[in-house]
Amino acid sequence: MTQDTGGSQSEGTVVPVSAVDLGLSPVADTLGVRQGAFGASGSGDTSGFGGLTRPIEMPGASPRPYGGYFDAVADELELALADAGVPAEAAIEKIVIDRDEMTMYVRREHLLAVAQELRDEPGLRFEICHSVSGVHYPADTDRELHSVIHLLSMTHKRRIRVEVTCPESDQHIPSVTGVWASADWHERETWDMFGIIFDGHPGLTRILMPDDWPGHPQRKDYPLGGIPVEYKGATIPAPDQRRSYN
Amino acid sequence: MSTTYESGEAFEPDDQAADEAPGYETTEGRVFTVTGGDWDTITVDPTVANERIVINMGPQHPSTHGVLRLILELEGENVQAATCGIGYLHTGIEKNLEYRTWTQAPTFVTRMDYLTSFFNETAYSLAVEKLLGITDDIPDRATVIRVILMELNRVASHLVALGTGALELGGLTAALFGFRERELVLDLFELITGLRMNHAFIRPGGVAQDLPDTDDKGVDMKVRIQEVIDLLRVRFKDTANLLVDNTIWMGRTSGIGYLDLTGCMALGITGPILRATGYPWDARKETPYCGYENYEFDVITATTADSYGRFLIRIDEMKQSLNIVEQALDHLQPGPVMVADPKIAWPAQLALGTDGMGNSLEHIRQIMGTSMEALIHHFKLVTEGYSVPVGQAFQVVESPKGELGCHVVSHGGTKPYRVHFRDPSFNNLQSVSAMCEGGMVADVVAAVASIDPVMGGVDR
Repeated sequence: MTQDTGGSQSEGTVVPVSAVDLGLSPVADTLGVRQGAFGASGSGDTSGFGGLTRPIEMPGASPRPYGGYFDAVADELELALADAGVPAEAAIEKIVIDRDEMTMYVRREHLLAVAQELRDEPGLRFEICHSVSGVHYPADTDRELHSVIHLLSMTHKRRIRVEVTCPESDQHIPSVTGVWASADWHERETWDMFGIIFDGHPGLTRILMPDDWPGHPQRKDYPLGGIPVEYKGATIPAPDQRRSYN
Repeated sequence: MSTTYESGEAFEPDDQAADEAPGYETTEGRVFTVTGGDWDTITVDPTVANERIVINMGPQHPSTHGVLRLILELEGENVQAATCGIGYLHTGIEKNLEYRTWTQAPTFVTRMDYLTSFFNETAYSLAVEKLLGITDDIPDRATVIRVILMELNRVASHLVALGTGALELGGLTAALFGFRERELVLDLFELITGLRMNHAFIRPGGVAQDLPDTDDKGVDMKVRIQEVIDLLRVRFKDTANLLVDNTIWMGRTSGIGYLDLTGCMALGITGPILRATGYPWDARKETPYCGYENYEFDVITATTADSYGRFLIRIDEMKQSLNIVEQALDHLQPGPVMVADPKIAWPAQLALGTDGMGNSLEHIRQIMGTSMEALIHHFKLVTEGYSVPVGQAFQVVESPKGELGCHVVSHGGTKPYRVHFRDPSFNNLQSVSAMCEGGMVADVVAAVASIDPVMGGVDR
């Protein structure tokens, strides 16, 4: 971060732990624990909320039946992948149905095969790649960076989400521009903002930030900086270091 | 007159012989600077005249809709390659939202595509409501007010698209008409939300404030909106009479910016560009939200797949929007405009006092005079906000420019973990190459105007 604020603000509040440590159901994806009521610790919390701990659990894999058109999508995709010689269990990590939305976690090695089937299979026909964007989960060990693809099938009036992950140590995900040309700018933006390298992209350059910009601004570890405001010897730190509700 | 300057040296007109093109050598090749009316000074040299020339059109160019930079490779006046440079209006709104409460976000997202403020706010609010699981608890009145505001906003946005599009092709009268009509709509927005643009009015849970009973002259608000609708219907005829059968307008737009259905599908194009190919895709019909299935309206299409078709679609879509507003006014029943859950709903409603707009006196009396708990509750909701359950949600609304998507991720805190907007202009601008390459440089303006990009949304 840009400046040391006296050591009192340095601890984060989201502590990565495994689900097993907490004795939680392995169905949910535990991404850490939220502690206390404020974004900084060690700053003399007298609120009494300092002992609060709340696990951060992303919805986990859903059991069949999924309901709605989700079963049809999953079935069609499994059949299509089998025809293409890709075992569905290898390609699809899990399927999450949450809030009437389907999220398919696809392993990056098989992303292109899955994408091709999603677009071409008559029963699927996701002909529009609505958007590609990123989310950075620093607590999701070895799968910190997620690329989120939203697809739309105009033929069947369906929308699904495909999520692909990669570790920060190897930030590569295959580009889907060969399947959906519209992913071009979206992937450039995701590279620009998150640093995910889309292999096979025809021109992966920065799109929103200047070409010579250092770092990827929407990652959670990107320093916010900010100008310390000094008042009677004390300074107000950057928003991510500041004491605030969480 | 030559206008080439070598860096650090004073310009001396006698440096160049009359039959030699001016310019200076760089590592990238020879660079010329012309400012208008002096093209001849470059083309006197036949070797230069036949060269492929790279032109930067924008980011400060009056015809590129804001700070869009078009990199055009020209051979004479023929566009051989057209590329977009964007990012000049990047404001980091998505990152900013991660450090604000859920309620503060509408103030930011309304500034993304600033011509479609209500659509940004609605997409965000619907996505957050999905995460909160309160989609079905949103009061009907709030939803109907959202629809009224969105459809009026569609009219305002299309009027700017038509007005600036016409202006860029030299149609000043149409531009004046467009902005004159838009003013009527903005006056309504000012009456309802207090602001003409950037309202932050539609919020997770409902809307910030009920419709006022009367306008500034004491006319009933429903009557006032109906008056504006009636006036707009008459005025739309002016614009239509001016342009629809206008030979010059047709000559400048027919067959220009052609993009067929295959191209639209590959490039993920939605909105008027897609409907101009004859495919009637409209998210309001196909994947309804905000109760759009209860309104009767037509999805307007054209079959020409060009700038002219998109222009006709916008003209007719405005009329359909007015029909929807009329139906919504009929649907409007008295009732709350914010979700009932006091842990989410904003504690106070605004009221007009002697010193201007502020928290309603009734509410202040209650929290300051009668209930300490209510005061604490107000304070906690305003400073801390509410927590949203962990998960992610995606919501699409049909903005005037195409499908606007909002992806929201929550980590269970009082602030969003990640918000991403799929702005239709951002996606649709990718079609500039397909629309412009092989055409004339003057047609680039007509094609870009028909995409109707707003850089605030493109760059976010």
